[in-house]
Amino acid sequence: MNPIDFSFGDDGFDLRDAVTAVLVLLAALMCFAAGVGLVRFPDVLSRLHAATKPQILGLIAIVADVAVTNLSVGTVTLAVAIIFFQGLTAPAAAHMTGRAAFRTDHFREDILVVDELTSRPDADRRS
Amino acid sequence: MRARILSGLVPFLGLVLLWMLLWGQFTWLALITGVLLAGLVSITFYLPAVRLSGRLNPWYGLVFLVRLLVDIVRASLQIAWIALKPHYRPSNAIFAVPLRTRSDLVMVFTAEAIALVPGSIVLDIDRDTATLYLHALNVQSAEDVPALRKAVLATERRLILAAGSADDLERLRTGATVAGELAAEAARAAAAGEPGSGRASEPGGGSASASGEDSGTDSGTDSEGART
Amino acid sequence: MIVIVVIAGILMAGGALGALWRIVKGPSALDRIIASDVLVATAMCAIGAEMAINRHTDNLPVLLGLALFGIVGSVSVARFISSRDET
Repeated sequence: MNPIDFSFGDDGFDLRDAVTAVLVLLAALMCFAAGVGLVRFPDVLSRLHAATKPQILGLIAIVADVAVTNLSVGTVTLAVAIIFFQGLTAPAAAHMTGRAAFRTDHFREDILVVDELTSRPDADRRS
Repeated sequence: MRARILSGLVPFLGLVLLWMLLWGQFTWLALITGVLLAGLVSITFYLPAVRLSGRLNPWYGLVFLVRLLVDIVRASLQIAWIALKPHYRPSNAIFAVPLRTRSDLVMVFTAEAIALVPGSIVLDIDRDTATLYLHALNVQSAEDVPALRKAVLATERRLILAAGSADDLERLRTGATVAGELAAEAARAAAAGEPGSGRASEPGGGSASASGEDSGTDSGTDSEGART
Repeated sequence: MIVIVVIAGILMAGGALGALWRIVKGPSALDRIIASDVLVATAMCAIGAEMAINRHTDNLPVLLGLALFGIVGSVSVARFISSRDET
């Protein structure tokens, strides 16, 4: 029995369940937002934003939840490693994809209010 | 010399730590196999050593990490809201941010960090002039760009305070950028190298003397930093 | 708890469907690789959510593997595309 027991469900819904519920719902919402962003955003560069950022928060929430509910050295180190690598590789992948998209003109210029890369002084678009 | 040893040792220790993290146990067996494997990896997959500055301020490192976490949460919620809100009108921007660091490591970490903070993705990096080209989502007008640029420079500032070299700190204090210094140096070299030639005409020489005055102290510290 | 499982399942399925739609429809190969990244991340979230709800840690190594090697696909496609100026 936990000392703090909310128990407003018939299946023993305690504080740990509440934390899990909130974090899982947050992650699910982030996944949903990423999917919607992929469908709605107009060009590759905008979709990259939707693809990179919400997932990081979703994954941090989920992994933190797993690590906290099963607190041990092995779990926490693995959780730290997962977040570290996802946080390190996702921006790198986004950068590679974004650069490829820009160099192959896979973006809409009509929705850019400022563009300082096309008009930079030594504008050699290395291919 | 100290920085050289450190530059080799830090990645090695990082690999050992990573190995122990992956096993999830801090035992002698994990340590010994980790050291062996880290040695094997750093010999077989040799990479040019990253020049570390040799200084690390734990307090500012912590500040950077906490701020990064806050920014990740904010950015995720912001992007989620932009994706889900009913009336979405696309309006983006690509803008340049001249940085103040010459260190590859700080530049890379800045790029990684600002890919996670609100509304920006690194499109291109000009390594010589230390300039980042960023793509930002949902920028309604050109007036919003300076605020975004300030946010990026604040991220870089926290990183330099945490682990930048003395050279970078000096540039941070005076507010000079690497790109500006390079331009001033080039202009001065052109003016000094061939004073009578036709290429170094009046406007070029004039701008060189003008910009040479205000960034003279910076380039002085910079050449000093390169020598040590 | 079952209500939360259902809601989270619907939201994640929605996200995955969005990504799948973009993979099928996507005008360029870059769209498709971005969308498949999102699909992988959604799968990671789903695996983690199952762990969190059922209170076990058996699949953490799976998440680590996905976090480590998720980058390989998009980087190789991006390199391939930027060298070969096509869709």
